[in-house]
Amino acid sequence: MNDLSPEKKERSKLAKWSRRGFIGAGVLAGGGLLIGIGVRPGNPIGALAPKVTSGPGEQLVNSWVKIDTDNIVTAIVPHCEMGQGAHSVLAQMLADELDADWENVRVMQAPADGSYVVTDTARMFVAPFTMNAADWIEPTWNGLFTQVAKLADAMITGGSSSIRTTGQHSMRVAGAAARTMLVGAAADEWGVPVGEITTENSTLFHKASGKSAPYAEFATVAADQPMDQTPKLKTPDQYRLMGKSKARTDIPAKINGTAEFGIDSIPEGLDLSYAAVVRPPVPGTTVVSMDASRAKQMKGVLQILNMDNFVAVVADSYWQAQQAMNTVQIEWSPSESPIKTMDDQYAAFAAALDEAGETGGDEAAAKGDAQGALSNAAKTIKAEYRAPYLAHSPMEPINCTAHVADGKCDIWASTQVPLMARSGVASTLGLSAENVTVHHPYLGGGFGRRLGADEMSMAARVAEATGYPVKMIWSREEDTQKALYRCADTARMRAGLDESGKLVAFDHAFTQRHDPAEACVPAMYNIDNTSVRVATADLHLPFQAWRSVDHSQQGFFIESFIDEAAHAAEADPLEYRLEMLKGSPRHVAVLEKVREISDWDIPDAAGRSKGVAIVESFGTIVAEVIEVDMSSGKPKLVNAWAVCDAGYVMNPDGFKNQIEGGIIFGLTAAMYGELDLKDGAIVQSNFHDYKMLRMDEVPAIEVVIINSGDVPIGGAGEPGTPPAAPAFANAIYAATGKRLRDLPIAKQFA
Amino acid sequence: MANFILNGEPVSIDAEPEMPILWVVREKLGMVGTKFGCGIAQCGACTMHLDGQPVRSCSTPVSMAEGREVTTIEGIGGVDGMMSAIQAAWISEQVPQCGYCQSGQIMSATALLRDNPTPTDDDIDAAMKGNICRCGTYTRIRRAIKVASGQLEPRSEDEA
Repeated sequence: MNDLSPEKKERSKLAKWSRRGFIGAGVLAGGGLLIGIGVRPGNPIGALAPKVTSGPGEQLVNSWVKIDTDNIVTAIVPHCEMGQGAHSVLAQMLADELDADWENVRVMQAPADGSYVVTDTARMFVAPFTMNAADWIEPTWNGLFTQVAKLADAMITGGSSSIRTTGQHSMRVAGAAARTMLVGAAADEWGVPVGEITTENSTLFHKASGKSAPYAEFATVAADQPMDQTPKLKTPDQYRLMGKSKARTDIPAKINGTAEFGIDSIPEGLDLSYAAVVRPPVPGTTVVSMDASRAKQMKGVLQILNMDNFVAVVADSYWQAQQAMNTVQIEWSPSESPIKTMDDQYAAFAAALDEAGETGGDEAAAKGDAQGALSNAAKTIKAEYRAPYLAHSPMEPINCTAHVADGKCDIWASTQVPLMARSGVASTLGLSAENVTVHHPYLGGGFGRRLGADEMSMAARVAEATGYPVKMIWSREEDTQKALYRCADTARMRAGLDESGKLVAFDHAFTQRHDPAEACVPAMYNIDNTSVRVATADLHLPFQAWRSVDHSQQGFFIESFIDEAAHAAEADPLEYRLEMLKGSPRHVAVLEKVREISDWDIPDAAGRSKGVAIVESFGTIVAEVIEVDMSSGKPKLVNAWAVCDAGYVMNPDGFKNQIEGGIIFGLTAAMYGELDLKDGAIVQSNFHDYKMLRMDEVPAIEVVIINSGDVPIGGAGEPGTPPAAPAFANAIYAATGKRLRDLPIAKQFA
Repeated sequence: MANFILNGEPVSIDAEPEMPILWVVREKLGMVGTKFGCGIAQCGACTMHLDGQPVRSCSTPVSMAEGREVTTIEGIGGVDGMMSAIQAAWISEQVPQCGYCQSGQIMSATALLRDNPTPTDDDIDAAMKGNICRCGTYTRIRRAIKVASGQLEPRSEDEA
């Protein structure tokens, strides 16, 4: 699956493609059709033009399909597979438009090459307003964004975006274009009108004459067909594969040990050595001195390297390297950060919020007159919430294999950003990007952690220093204590209620804003007067997007506080939300459905109680009800119900798996997730003290999908996470009257 | 030299006696289906069988395996590459997401069903709580164990 040499050869042929076209075709060596969604170079728009114009004749392609002479259809997918199922679903979307025989569809990971920038993902991040343009394939925007994406090395998998961007806007188009050309070729050969030819299971049919032929028969000549630059896409009533729970193509290899993850890479012909590393315990510090005298004597140890901002021990095996590393004494430079403990970090947040007061800070959203409405409200409530730092802790430890020789570097790594890794390694080694090859097999979990690319440069430096190929593996402790983190934050919220209890004013101030920008704004609710303010404060630990990013803490802040408002109004929390969602039928439908499936209106069994939360994130509306049992005095998760409206779900079972996982990710953080600081360094180190929910602790989960249709489709990977923590905390309030404004929850009932 | 039976084949390999069997198998024998997760027997990703009993191979020195039967994920399928009932259930229930922990999950489940062909929920909790799945596929693992043990019907592709 990862041998791309035939495709690399084929790529040179793309230069022959029409410069004007966005869809290009070529002939495979030995026969067969290759189609790519490409865009032309150059862009005349304003100041960006000089930056985005590249050489003449350059053709950029972001997704491909090939049909070979065995009638096998291969979808070449630019996104990584980290468990979200995108490889499979993207192929499903392409195969449906192509009317391909699903049993003979293969998936291939696109190589880390500038040709595979995920244009639409970048476009969504950079200029989301263009996504709804009536004609998305409009040449200027598309060309512009491919170039921007290329400049930014945007071969990214993140933002719950693969299906709704690459899937909707290129995989489907590639499939439809290929089908159109095959039909055209058959019509020419058979001398019949195009409209009389039908397709099914990778076969062309002409009913009147009884003729039929597999796609392979016309694959080569189809390349000469004129290209329809805007092939007609199917409507949902025409789908054969989309909307179906097709089994994922990557799963068979994941149940017998043959799936290759980054850490499993054993490059052919290379004799690997192994490196264990230690990074600074406090971010930003460097090695002052080290004593490796004991390590040097240990069996299997080859080299001990002081790399200034980390130390590496290279040995014949990882275990030997790590054992030796554990004996190295390192003195690190003093940290300049004034933050030594979490109390210091929260004091920094408080200072920023104090300075902003009740009206200051940067305005994130404003509607009506929140301050005035608060002054005139019949009742006001206010509360301060906190969220801790969190680690991502993907099960596959951070690792990278690197080989530097003859002015070239090969990298094997699990990464969400292969092109950024390539650029980072190139600049670290002083090589051009063309001389760096990134091999990126399956990821053993990402959750945002693998959007960082530092570790590839570390491995490259070690391999350069040793002169031989090295596999660097971080211990679990390194990744827990010295990586990149979901930020901590403090939020101060105020609400004003009128005589009837209606929420008429909402003011929300906090200190950390990353992505998505709208996460901090409860825009779905009808609240006449809203003020959302950011009083930015410095973070001690480096930030990295963590599944659902800002929604992970904002969901907890806002949906817990809305619950407080409901109780202040002496209203049912679900009913109270419904009242505020009038005029948003999709949100109402989601909430009504979760009310039904969770038996919300039926009194709870003894000791049990339920909490609700609803969050719209990454284009998907998710309402969750969590049921807890507090009869032992400690929270026990019993049930979770989720209702999701993503517009249209391409693979329902795959979507549900993502939501189930998103709920457990959110509940795990809510129950246990916390990183403490001591002397500026993280205290927790491994799964014994940075705990995860386990089999005996997770609730039963039911997920229901609503396909409301007729809206841009939403994501799956992240939207399950944000409502989990507030629904959990709200359930505990319902049971105990104890409002949890800090996380994690378990230690508050210890 | 370390001497043991790996998936039915005798193995003799030069390794320090204290080296965990995980690293002997992954690095010295190049068999990488068994995964490294935590190094301290907390996550179960490295689960192998030693004489049929599940062990955390990251914390089991190879000397413990001397002369004994070691089974890894590569060795639990049926004859001629057939899947075990557990592997088949893992597919019908579409269990894995990233898949990294699943070798260990399947090894723990295999040991459970060998000793207890129709486990209750409590039995499943007890046997499986040593295995972390960061993607959160626990409810599907539970269902797959029940499918493999004949307590539930497998999911068909049309059921979502």
